[in-house]
Amino acid sequence: MALEARFRPGDRVRVMKAYPLGHVRTPYYIRGHTGVVERLCGAFANPEELAQMRSGLPARPLYRVRFLQTEVWPDYRGRPDDAVEIEIFQHWLEKA
Amino acid sequence: MSELGKYRPLTYFQLMEISLRELLVEKGVVSEPQIEATVEDMRSRGPERGARVVARAWTDPGYKRRLLADGTAACEELGLDVPALRLIVMQNTPEVHNVIVCTLCSCYPRMLLGLPPDWYKSRNYRSRVVREPRAVLAEFGTVIPDRVAIRVHDSTADMRYMVLPMRPAGTEGWNEERLAALVTRDSMIGVALPKAP
Amino acid sequence: MGGLPAGPVEPSEHDYADWERRVDALMVLLSGIKGAHKLLTVDELRKNIEALGPEAYDRMSYYERWVASITQTMLQRGVITTEELARKMREVEERGA
Repeated sequence: MALEARFRPGDRVRVMKAYPLGHVRTPYYIRGHTGVVERLCGAFANPEELAQMRSGLPARPLYRVRFLQTEVWPDYRGRPDDAVEIEIFQHWLEKA
Repeated sequence: MSELGKYRPLTYFQLMEISLRELLVEKGVVSEPQIEATVEDMRSRGPERGARVVARAWTDPGYKRRLLADGTAACEELGLDVPALRLIVMQNTPEVHNVIVCTLCSCYPRMLLGLPPDWYKSRNYRSRVVREPRAVLAEFGTVIPDRVAIRVHDSTADMRYMVLPMRPAGTEGWNEERLAALVTRDSMIGVALPKAP
Repeated sequence: MGGLPAGPVEPSEHDYADWERRVDALMVLLSGIKGAHKLLTVDELRKNIEALGPEAYDRMSYYERWVASITQTMLQRGVITTEELARKMREVEERGA
């Protein structure tokens, strides 16, 4: 039984700006940034817990989130619609 | 002496590999035949498998739709065994060019395409392609025009990615086998375009 | 490490050595990808690679990091003990593999 999905494609979401110890699959470079949900990938066991030899259950929603490069990098050279798309677990996201 | 040329002292990590393997075999955790079979299995997986998928998508619009909707099922449809792979295929268009990276380690659709190249796993690629994709692609000799947007896909979790490149011009009427020969591994990662006809 | 300053990408690739392919095979087998009994998760492997520290990227090659991580994970899981590993490594070294 998976946790319920709180976001839908098109929702603006912000990545939590936190730097906990342990194994985390949310890259440093994206923490604190705001993007748009591109899709719900499904529900998966939490890798942070799996890394500690625990089950990582209940499975939790994993989203692909699209971020504009010009908003992520201050010195970005490219088009304003260039994007980086990242899979992020629900517990790292808040409604923006 | 004929033996001299063969002697190479083990490095610490090669020693560790042998020791770990022998311990695990002694404990019945794995067997040598299993290890050998797995090595051979990974050898059998290479970019030509992805090239078949691309060539089919280029020639069959229904397959392309299915591929974009569910990459794993589409691979299996062609008889390609892809255990544990959750594949998302990103389509290049005249407006958008896609490129794949795993900044956190080096996740790669290995069960489809085989082992990734060293550079894909390198610190330099993983640090820079997400921040300056155009510059990195230029280092590969791939220039993406200003009118085309670039999307970088960082495979941070359970999904794996492959780029569906655009079919090169001048290939009208080509069969799948000829088309597949144009599809390179690097074009499915997104750092290059397929070969020209 | 996304976004950190780094040098040019050398399009290098090497043909994997047999021992590297065996490390890769162990990872596949032990994580249960090919249906064998799952003894660890890739998440533990990744965590243990991260625990090697940033200098590991300079000092160790890709499969050196992986063999260290698999070994560490097996120790953590209690599949092998440090003593067993020490004895085995001595034995292998002495016989010259």
